[in-house]
Amino acid sequence: MNDEKVIQVQDLTKKFGDFTAVDAITFDVYRGEIFGFLGANGAGKTTAMKMLNGLSKPTSGNGTVAGLDVIKQSEKIKERIGYMSQRFSLYEDLTVKENIRFYGGVYGLSKQKIKDKTDQILEELQLTEVASKLVKALPLGWKQRLAFAISMVHDPKIVFLDEPTGGVDPAVRRQFWEAIYEAAKGGSTIFVTTHYMDEAEYCDRVSIMVDGKIEALDTPDNLKAHYNAESMDEVFLKLARN
Amino acid sequence: MLKVFWAFIKKEFYHIIRDKRTLLILFGMPLAQILIFGYAVTNEFKDAEIDILDHAKDETSKQLINHLQSSGNFIVNSNLISENELETGMKAGKSKLVLVIPNDFSKDFYAGNPLKIQLIADGSDPNNANTLVQYVNDMVRKFKTEKVSAGLNPFQIGVETRMIYNPQLISAYNFVPGTIALILLIICAMLTSLTISKEKELGTMEILLVSPLPPLLIILGKVTPYAFLSFINAVIVLLIGYFVFNVPIIGSLGLLLLMCFLYVITALSLGTLISTVSATQQSAMMKSLMGLMLPSMLLSGFIFPLASMPIVLQYLGNIVPATYFINILKGIMLRGAGLNIILYEVGVLILMTVVLLALAMKNFKIRLE
Repeated sequence: MNDEKVIQVQDLTKKFGDFTAVDAITFDVYRGEIFGFLGANGAGKTTAMKMLNGLSKPTSGNGTVAGLDVIKQSEKIKERIGYMSQRFSLYEDLTVKENIRFYGGVYGLSKQKIKDKTDQILEELQLTEVASKLVKALPLGWKQRLAFAISMVHDPKIVFLDEPTGGVDPAVRRQFWEAIYEAAKGGSTIFVTTHYMDEAEYCDRVSIMVDGKIEALDTPDNLKAHYNAESMDEVFLKLARN
Repeated sequence: MLKVFWAFIKKEFYHIIRDKRTLLILFGMPLAQILIFGYAVTNEFKDAEIDILDHAKDETSKQLINHLQSSGNFIVNSNLISENELETGMKAGKSKLVLVIPNDFSKDFYAGNPLKIQLIADGSDPNNANTLVQYVNDMVRKFKTEKVSAGLNPFQIGVETRMIYNPQLISAYNFVPGTIALILLIICAMLTSLTISKEKELGTMEILLVSPLPPLLIILGKVTPYAFLSFINAVIVLLIGYFVFNVPIIGSLGLLLLMCFLYVITALSLGTLISTVSATQQSAMMKSLMGLMLPSMLLSGFIFPLASMPIVLQYLGNIVPATYFINILKGIMLRGAGLNIILYEVGVLILMTVVLLALAMKNFKIRLE
């Protein structure tokens, strides 16, 4: 981790009519950090994330992502970030290779670059043997790691993972987090939402959203100490109850 | 940008060739429709069975009966003996029509006396009955002119109807344009709405929207393969119409293809619009079927003439794109009309396309909120 801020957000707010989904949140994320973005369903996580990756315009406040303004340069931001949602985002009726090639094409990579990336991903994930198989045929855990690798096919500065491990068994989740660590070691910044509290422990820092506001933001250890809790689960319960 | 576009189209083709349902709709549907409309749904008839009650039983009445049978349209099922038997054949569902020839037919016929041949038709199938009666009338008139030279009775006024453009009233002339209109609409609009809502349903649309691709390119990349395939389908239907059902193409082929292209764009904008208001494939499918297929079949003048419908349905028919497209096709194919004659229909189609496209673009959620 270093001091370079890849996400800076001040008083970012999103209103839908009278309802304030995200209420003046302020935080920074540093380069190479694994930043956990926690909150109960409906706390405003997804809305906040959409404002960061250019899918939704903030009502007020400002911020930068990868050095670009979230209001004025949202289209530019899209080139510098990766995104993976809980629904895996792969085409099941395309082969592993075709998926990599397609997303490489979408991000405007050159032919040679796509070829190199394909080889690299296949090798790293040990998928060379099934490269020409339809994604449909792969086990869930493989699909998920492939989706993660593909979300980073264009070497983005930041990767947004929206509940990437939803509905996956614990062993597979462990594997997936190893892949996240690898990526972070390589200098990528990981912005991850989850509602598994044990996963929160794996993050460098964690923010917890309650009713559109960020109620707590620190390392897991500091949070546990501060709230006098055994686990992140307890921290979360204490916060959500108030 | 072109490279990205190409990557997109390649991916879309993979989807199409790997999805059995899409393939079936794409290539099975046009074939099935042509066969159904070509062979099953037809107003023509061959070998209709009729009964004859011949009171005269003379030379001329026999000649008339032979004349009817020689056309190949009628087969005499049974020769009745008395009035009591008139309905037996019809009740049994065998005969569609009874022809009653009066006494002294020969004598009255040549003397030029007024005489009446009675036709009793099975009205439980009105369309069929009408056509049959019309045919018999036609044939009797022909028989008369053959036997009696016109000069004999100069004061008799006969009405002679002549159908032009489709003199034999061949129904293929009607169904080929109609089928093209229907197929293009179904393939373009339904499949486009399905493929776009599929990406929404699977969540891949979200990924595409987070990518740097402009939304217009996403839509174009998705619809172009379908435009291409539907256009090929239109050509296939035209070919089958021309070679199998002998439907002529009198007007300009270039203009015809251009019009097919215009209509493809109309259908694609409709499909895109539908996909913007449906979250799932199922809802897109229902909307396409109810909102497009039924009106295009029933309210376009394809199967039932618009003019004979209640005024409300006529208005509805006037907002169905297929109505105009079928007119255009018939104009070019059967009457050899040029652009100046179909200008109104073309104008309406272009206007519809522009409005639909604008609505679709506005509705397409650039930002998934």
